[in-house]
Amino acid sequence: MEQAAPDPERLWQPAPLEPLSHPDAGLESMVGEETKGARDEGPGDGTMTENNFSLKKIEISVSEAEKRTGRNAMNMQETYTAYLIETRSVEHNDGQSVLTDSLWRRYSEFELLRNYLLVYYPHIVVPPLPEKRAEFVWHKLSADNMDPDFVERRRIGLENFLLRVASHPILCRDKIFYLFLTQEGNWKETVNETGFQLKADSRLKALNATFRVKNPDKRFIELKHYSDELQSVISHLLRVRARVADRLYGVYKVHGNYGRVFSEWSAIEKEMGDGLQSAGHHMDVYASSIDDILEDEEHYADQLKEYLFYAEALRAVCRKHELMQYDLEMAAQDLASKKQQCEELATGTVRTFSLKGMTTKLFGQETPEQREARIKMLEEQIKEGEQQLKSKNLEGREFVRNAWADIERFKEQKNHDLKEALISYAVMQISMCKKGIQVWTNAKECFSKM
Amino acid sequence: MGKLGEAGLAATAGPARTLGMEGECRASQARSWGLPAGGAGGDSPGGDAPLPGSISSSSLLQAEVLDLDEDEDDLEVFSKDASLMDMNSFSPLMPTSPLSMINQVKFEDEPDLKDLFITVDEPESHVTTIETFITYRIITKTSRGEFDSSEFEVRRRYQDFLWLKEKLEEAHPTLIIPPLPEKFIVKGMVERFNDDFIETRRKALHKFLNRIADHPTLTFNEDFKIFLTAQASEFSSHKKQGPGLLSRMGQSVRAVALSMRGVKSRPEEFMEMNNFIEIFSQKINLIDKISQRIYKEEREYLDEMKEYGPIHILWSASEEDLADTLKSVASCIDKCCKATEKRMSGFSEALLPVVHEYALYSEMLMLTEEIGKLEDKVECANNALKADWERWKQNMQNDIKSAFTNMAEENILYYEQCLATWESFLTSQTDLHLEEASEDKL
Repeated sequence: MEQAAPDPERLWQPAPLEPLSHPDAGLESMVGEETKGARDEGPGDGTMTENNFSLKKIEISVSEAEKRTGRNAMNMQETYTAYLIETRSVEHNDGQSVLTDSLWRRYSEFELLRNYLLVYYPHIVVPPLPEKRAEFVWHKLSADNMDPDFVERRRIGLENFLLRVASHPILCRDKIFYLFLTQEGNWKETVNETGFQLKADSRLKALNATFRVKNPDKRFIELKHYSDELQSVISHLLRVRARVADRLYGVYKVHGNYGRVFSEWSAIEKEMGDGLQSAGHHMDVYASSIDDILEDEEHYADQLKEYLFYAEALRAVCRKHELMQYDLEMAAQDLASKKQQCEELATGTVRTFSLKGMTTKLFGQETPEQREARIKMLEEQIKEGEQQLKSKNLEGREFVRNAWADIERFKEQKNHDLKEALISYAVMQISMCKKGIQVWTNAKECFSKM
Repeated sequence: MGKLGEAGLAATAGPARTLGMEGECRASQARSWGLPAGGAGGDSPGGDAPLPGSISSSSLLQAEVLDLDEDEDDLEVFSKDASLMDMNSFSPLMPTSPLSMINQVKFEDEPDLKDLFITVDEPESHVTTIETFITYRIITKTSRGEFDSSEFEVRRRYQDFLWLKEKLEEAHPTLIIPPLPEKFIVKGMVERFNDDFIETRRKALHKFLNRIADHPTLTFNEDFKIFLTAQASEFSSHKKQGPGLLSRMGQSVRAVALSMRGVKSRPEEFMEMNNFIEIFSQKINLIDKISQRIYKEEREYLDEMKEYGPIHILWSASEEDLADTLKSVASCIDKCCKATEKRMSGFSEALLPVVHEYALYSEMLMLTEEIGKLEDKVECANNALKADWERWKQNMQNDIKSAFTNMAEENILYYEQCLATWESFLTSQTDLHLEEASEDKL
């Protein structure tokens, strides 16, 4: 069973003993790696039992955030926040943890890491980053990126991201990820050297472009619908939750006014005075209790937000599959038409349109030598095309197989995490009710003594 | 009722507060005091604007309050300023005369002394060519000898209540006459005769008549009796007898009294009473406003919550494993909504009308005691006022106490209901989890 994210302990395979995956190796080598990994995987919590590598428990934490000023690419001064990432290894025997690495990263570097992972592991539902800008804020919450509460929540979100990656059976072994945690300087250059940006399919950015796929995979279509629905329903939920939080804040805070007025009034009352005064105090307590309550709820909202963004990651996998399928169909189509051409040239019948064919008709027959040359060229192209199609097919099948494995893993994780989140919401409500009962019981006692 | 003084029919000076005369009892308008952020007239330097953004733990200690609407200037954001506590304590009026002692005993809720029972119900709309108005049915049950019968049923409209109040004020200028609900619609309502407005008014009118019935002196007023018993034609001809010279004098006496504030030297008792009334008036009006505001915020909270639950149901339609949990959450939220509705209705039944009535009362008290000052030559009038004052104060304390105790109870009940709902959800989820775990083991 995959563990929920905020568990700092992960068994983690140090990748430097492995050569960095060659950028052009593409899926095939990775496929090999994965199947090997899958075979070696123990109970599915990321434990590697390969005897090449030593077993070590690694703890990752994003422990601090700091405001920095620096110069950006255009040599203009900018302010940004840097986050301290600490990696500890836990000695197996005594459970003591030793700090092995510690470095500072900013949000844009996290983004770079994630973009790299998206390109190199297109079949994986890559964990999302916390939001770039504050959204779904209720009125008391700041939308300012520099606001300390926002920074704090982002710090937690970034830690969560790293833990998710570290606990993923495949992603955890990536070298670039390892370097992200261990190599402060030059990391950006190293990532760029992989050339992943070139590899990235620019078509993926055109989110709304449709590619007409003749034989779409039903499962992926359904998954895409699901990811759309999930995204829409969670956004809606978050929006309404923010409004509810706003209103609840109002209800509690207005009661604070009672506190003030009661205490002023108590000064002119003899019999009622004490009761009023102490009741007023409880009204103040009531009014200020909402701040903690809503702060807790913000963490709940963050848990939902993670899955809002996960929905996007899910959709990205579907999209990649769609493109793959499209490319496959295009390649098959192209091959078929070439075969057709070849046949026609050989038999002399013209059924398919080709420019050469037309010009031949118009401007006279070509020589038999010319025809032979063309046939030969086509035959070569066909041979090449057949091979390509074969490998594309294989690629496609591997993609589907691996993607579904990860999607299943993701589904279980999602169900587990969201259920826990909903339960934690209930726990919060219970705590709020208990506080309410206490305050109003105290207030009632004061009122009845008036 | 002693001499009304040599004030004569001098013109009004100062702000003309036509309280009760035309019936414009708009408590929310009549303000003579400044921002309540300080004490009586003081100003608080404390934090006005809400803290920018964050609700970090450091801000938890600050009693930060909501920014309220523009017209609600008096409910300011505030900070707990220690200087506010430094108010002069006023020693309350101690009853000294035997008369006042006797009157103190007759409290509102002593059922064995009650021999007059009044209910106001059945609002009915009447449409004529010139106007539309509402009448209320008034049923009176009594064992008193001076009444011709033991049961009466009449219909009266708001205008008639106004008439009654004027007559009572005219006849007993030193007594504290109960307030009538506002003549005009409080801001925020669209139709003149919407159901909530009519119901609120009905309840207030019911309270008005019962207060009179419970008052040791007012209950025997002749106009009151006629109001309760006379049929339509008899009643209208009685009303036509017009306000006497006395009432016109009464009006101007009040006006003079206003202008003479601060002129005469008054006995200490009245000074104290004056101070009490002034501060009480401030505070009760604030509390009235705060309570109305709480109701409004709760209403808006409820509206949002009603949308919140169904989203979980919508979500459950796309899920398999999570569907049940989501549906349970939705059902918990709905139950909490119902509990909120219940709390709100309790609030509007008990606390709001009481607090509002006392806010209206406080308006009148500011005037009535002016009359009392003029009367200080006449022993009798003094005592009548004092007695009535003591009685009123005692009732006020009881009413306020029970209204707020009731509010606390409603809140406790609300939280208990919600607690039970969420706890049972939690139990069901953990039970399910244990079930699933044991199934896996099989």
